[in-house]
Amino acid sequence: MAYSNKVLDHYNHPRNVGSLDKSDPNVGTGMVGAPECGDVMKLQVKVNPDSGVIEDAKFKTFGCGSAIASSSLATEWLRGKTVDEALAIKNTDIVNELSLPPVKIHCSVLAEDAIKAAISDYKKKAEVRTTSAVTA
Amino acid sequence: MKLPIYMDNHATTPIDPRVFATMTPYFTDVFGNAASRNHSFGWQAEEAVEKARKQVADLVGATPKEIVFTSGATESDNLALKGVAEMYAEKGNHIITAATEHKAILDTCKRLEKEGLRVTYLPVQANGLIDLEMLQEAITDKTILVSIMYANNEIGVIQPVAEIGKIAKSMGALFHTDATQAVGKVPVNVIKDNIDLASISGHKMYGPKGVGALYVRRKSPRVQITAQMDGGGHERGMRSGTLNVPGIVGLGEACALCHAEMAEESKRLSFLRDKLKNMLMNELDEVYVNGTQEHRLPNNLNISFAYVEGESLLMGINDIAVSSGSACTSATLEPSYVLKALGAGDDLAHSSIRFGLGRFNTEAEVDYVANKVIEVVRKLRELSPLYEMAKEGIDLSKVQWAAH
Repeated sequence: MAYSNKVLDHYNHPRNVGSLDKSDPNVGTGMVGAPECGDVMKLQVKVNPDSGVIEDAKFKTFGCGSAIASSSLATEWLRGKTVDEALAIKNTDIVNELSLPPVKIHCSVLAEDAIKAAISDYKKKAEVRTTSAVTA
Repeated sequence: MKLPIYMDNHATTPIDPRVFATMTPYFTDVFGNAASRNHSFGWQAEEAVEKARKQVADLVGATPKEIVFTSGATESDNLALKGVAEMYAEKGNHIITAATEHKAILDTCKRLEKEGLRVTYLPVQANGLIDLEMLQEAITDKTILVSIMYANNEIGVIQPVAEIGKIAKSMGALFHTDATQAVGKVPVNVIKDNIDLASISGHKMYGPKGVGALYVRRKSPRVQITAQMDGGGHERGMRSGTLNVPGIVGLGEACALCHAEMAEESKRLSFLRDKLKNMLMNELDEVYVNGTQEHRLPNNLNISFAYVEGESLLMGINDIAVSSGSACTSATLEPSYVLKALGAGDDLAHSSIRFGLGRFNTEAEVDYVANKVIEVVRKLRELSPLYEMAKEGIDLSKVQWAAH
């Protein structure tokens, strides 16, 4: 299968590889996929609680080159966006940017799911914090 | 050393220049139809075909009359299964095969099932071999054919063919083996191995594509098959169609070379294969060889690199031609059914690479391949959330995955 230059670039030079501290209240972690399906993405965002802006994003992906590129691209796009702007990222944006062929569309879907999962994890943590602040 | 390196010799092999040289006159000068009985063009073609028939027969311990030329192993498999099913329909309607067979067998069996035959697909053990007791239990007086491959095209494991043939014979069933990967690589002998029918391919043993053979036993028992192609009644009525003389000449020469060089070549290839395996296993943790190492083709290494997905690995070693058991390499999105049949788990199936060494691979190439694979696996593990979790001591089998 021929890969687009952008997929190759992300594969050869993945952006923002790594892990953030899961226990940090400002970090949201999303893990989607399953090993037996051939792809697992872990995507993390670190949000500034005052501005709601994503200050940092990291990923680790087990999967094909397109899955690695989709998650690498996602972290690039997430940085500097607000949480709400991040939720507006659609898998089709990733498909278009990376010129993914039809058989690789699931990789972009997985990346969108990972973004949503990471932000929902962050929001859950923030809610807990607000609730406990009120209780205190 | 020239890049890219070809190490996918189970898919196909380059034609040996010596084979190619013997073929060339038969495209231009000696172009006759081997079935033309009344002029020298035909006689010369026929003579060349009969020489090749003997070369093929000699390699597998058969007699020339037992060799039927075909277009390749897929056709041979089809002819053997459908031909036996039709010919022996009165005797029974049951065929036994295995879950790890090539698609040419499995899909032919599926078609026969649609036509009313009963097919038993034996599972394999974790080492890739069938359980002879299960075969014994599955076989009945209605079983007309047992078809088990000699050596597997993905994991290279060699089935206990002689024992399988013996069990089949004891129940009055015929034994067919798809010997595509084995012939020319390991000593195949239709007598010692109790084989009644065997499929042979040219392009897996440095011969040309588009030519193969089916061995059909003529004595104890005399095996009969119904032709699946109607026409001029070539090949003793078993396979009509003008003979592919240059291809057949090439197949014959390829067999003769394998016959003469097999012992030495297999020693050299198993040395290279073991070197590759040892380099990978010494430098990387959590690397697993798929299938038994004891009963295996000398040129095969099928190995899983845990926590690394096969296609992404292939992408990193794009100057090396190998193949992956991972889903993503094919449009089906299903990982290798052969590896799944071993019970290795889909995750390890997704992480597998098949190395197929061949006559033209060198030790320098093996060193290059091993070092490159080690480098890319390390890089991808840095990227792998699964490797990170495993290193943290998390049991991945206990994780609730959000399967999609």
